[in-house]
Amino acid sequence: MNNPMRVILSVALVASLAACTKKTEVKPDEPVAQPTQPEVPAVVDDGKYDASDLDTDSCLRQRVVYFDFDKAEIKAEAEAILKCHGKYLTDRPSAAMTLEGHADERGTREYNLGLGERRGNAVSSALQANGGQASQLNVVSYGEERPTCSDSNEDCWGKNRRVEIVYTAK
Amino acid sequence: MKRFHWLFVLIGLLGARIGLAQGLMVDPVQGSSAAIPVAAVPFAFEGTGMPPDTDVGAVVAADLNRSGQFRALGRADIVEFPARPGDVKFATWRLLKQDFLVIGRISDADAGALRIEFELFDVAKQARLMGLAIGARPNDLRGAAHQIADLIYEKILGIRGAFWTRIAYVTATGIGQNTQYALMVADSDGFNPQTVVRSREPLLSPAWSPDGKRLAYVSFERGNSSIYIQELTTGSRQVVAAYRGINGAPAFSPDGSKLALTLSHSGNPEIYVMDIATRRTTQVTRHFSIDTEPVWMPDGATLVFTSDRAGKPQIYSVPAGGGDVTRVSFQGEYNARASLGYQGKTLAMAQGSGNVYRIAVLDRSRGGAGEMRLISPGSLDESPSFAPNGSMILYAAREGKRGVLFAVSADGRVRQRLVLADGDVREPAWGPFRQR
Repeated sequence: MNNPMRVILSVALVASLAACTKKTEVKPDEPVAQPTQPEVPAVVDDGKYDASDLDTDSCLRQRVVYFDFDKAEIKAEAEAILKCHGKYLTDRPSAAMTLEGHADERGTREYNLGLGERRGNAVSSALQANGGQASQLNVVSYGEERPTCSDSNEDCWGKNRRVEIVYTAK
Repeated sequence: MKRFHWLFVLIGLLGARIGLAQGLMVDPVQGSSAAIPVAAVPFAFEGTGMPPDTDVGAVVAADLNRSGQFRALGRADIVEFPARPGDVKFATWRLLKQDFLVIGRISDADAGALRIEFELFDVAKQARLMGLAIGARPNDLRGAAHQIADLIYEKILGIRGAFWTRIAYVTATGIGQNTQYALMVADSDGFNPQTVVRSREPLLSPAWSPDGKRLAYVSFERGNSSIYIQELTTGSRQVVAAYRGINGAPAFSPDGSKLALTLSHSGNPEIYVMDIATRRTTQVTRHFSIDTEPVWMPDGATLVFTSDRAGKPQIYSVPAGGGDVTRVSFQGEYNARASLGYQGKTLAMAQGSGNVYRIAVLDRSRGGAGEMRLISPGSLDESPSFAPNGSMILYAAREGKRGVLFAVSADGRVRQRLVLADGDVREPAWGPFRQR
């Protein structure tokens, strides 16, 4: 469960809330612009994501959706992330992800399991609204059992009330 | 009063010294001066071998103290050591303002066992109230002492004692990805901790079978929550629920044949009842809200559970076969995880108000909606679990970043802390009465 990818991605996320950039143009530094290597087939960008974008695209690199206390409503700030991951699932039907739902420490553990699942389901619905298929999405709730932050204050609670997007197939 | 404080300091130090070696530290934090004074004299050893390490009289005294109903005379104030009824000088104990006196002696029995005889006296009446003998293996003198404390408690208060019982709890040690979880079982005073299962993934919600031989619990070791039932003596265990979604909050029915549990494979958490022998489940609740944390009323016909169907979590009841849902808790904005007291007349629950979570007890013995009372002073108190006689409640609290357990008398007057020397302790579950 504790894949290093998730940690790296969480760190990357903290860095900024950069806008989602759709790949619609050929970037100048890509092989297609280098005629000295004609044996490399030209990449025809069809506007679709490929697996490498998970590591490079500034929107796809964001994998955490945050929630308010005892709430499972998707906040406006998360819409861009859900759009690009929804598009990725559309572009790559073989891709699959687990949505790990979490809660902060307040309240009882079993109720928080329910709350974490409700959040995971909310993210799953939003991804399906953005083109993902139910068969690509798996929700697992950890409740309050896997906090990323262990202080008893709002700053920490806010970081723990989250859904983590974990790709299980790219 | 002064003597009383010293007594607690003494017990605290003793507890700390012994407790560190044993795993749990018993640390009284708050006492009651309204309790009944009782003196438990160290039991005389009249056997042939080495005297045992366990001071039976001291274990009895600590048990009675912990209940909040009694105030045991400190060891330093015990000046006479009668071992037999004929040795007792009542004037001495009256001078020490003791209402009751316990004496006893340990002798050899057959096949290496020990025989423990004890007497309970009413000091004012100068009368023997009880005299009994019980047998024990030399390595279970603490168990024998707890049984004696139970008999004394019942003789004086008319309520069966619950000292000779066990508790289950979960420990978490290490941080982040290196956290190790363990489901533990210990005596009700925290001694003799034993590991039931270890896991690198979270463990939660231990629940006792009514015969005390099995524990049901939730483990994430398969990547998602699943429910296991484990035999304590053999360690053998079985997965009984591993559906898609949540598999949580197991609770054995009073006859031990069924398990109430929370499953969310229908799309959201609902209460189900499983027949343990056939594993067949019956859905009990049907609502789009979170329904979880079921517990059985003693008659086995009704379940009490947590639901946020009214917006915030509150306690409700429902027939165990399904049917109309009735709201139980009305005071407090957040009420969850009910534990039932003796005969189900009282309910303990975690009550939230803003960022403060405390243990509340709802007394329904006088009918109506009942009276709600807060009995814990913390800010993140949860998981209340009643002793089988309803006299005390175990609960989990936070001290800084660390989880600790408290035992509090049901009236909230006396509180003791049980701390694991290293790491986090949580999810306490008080086991049933034990059969001799």
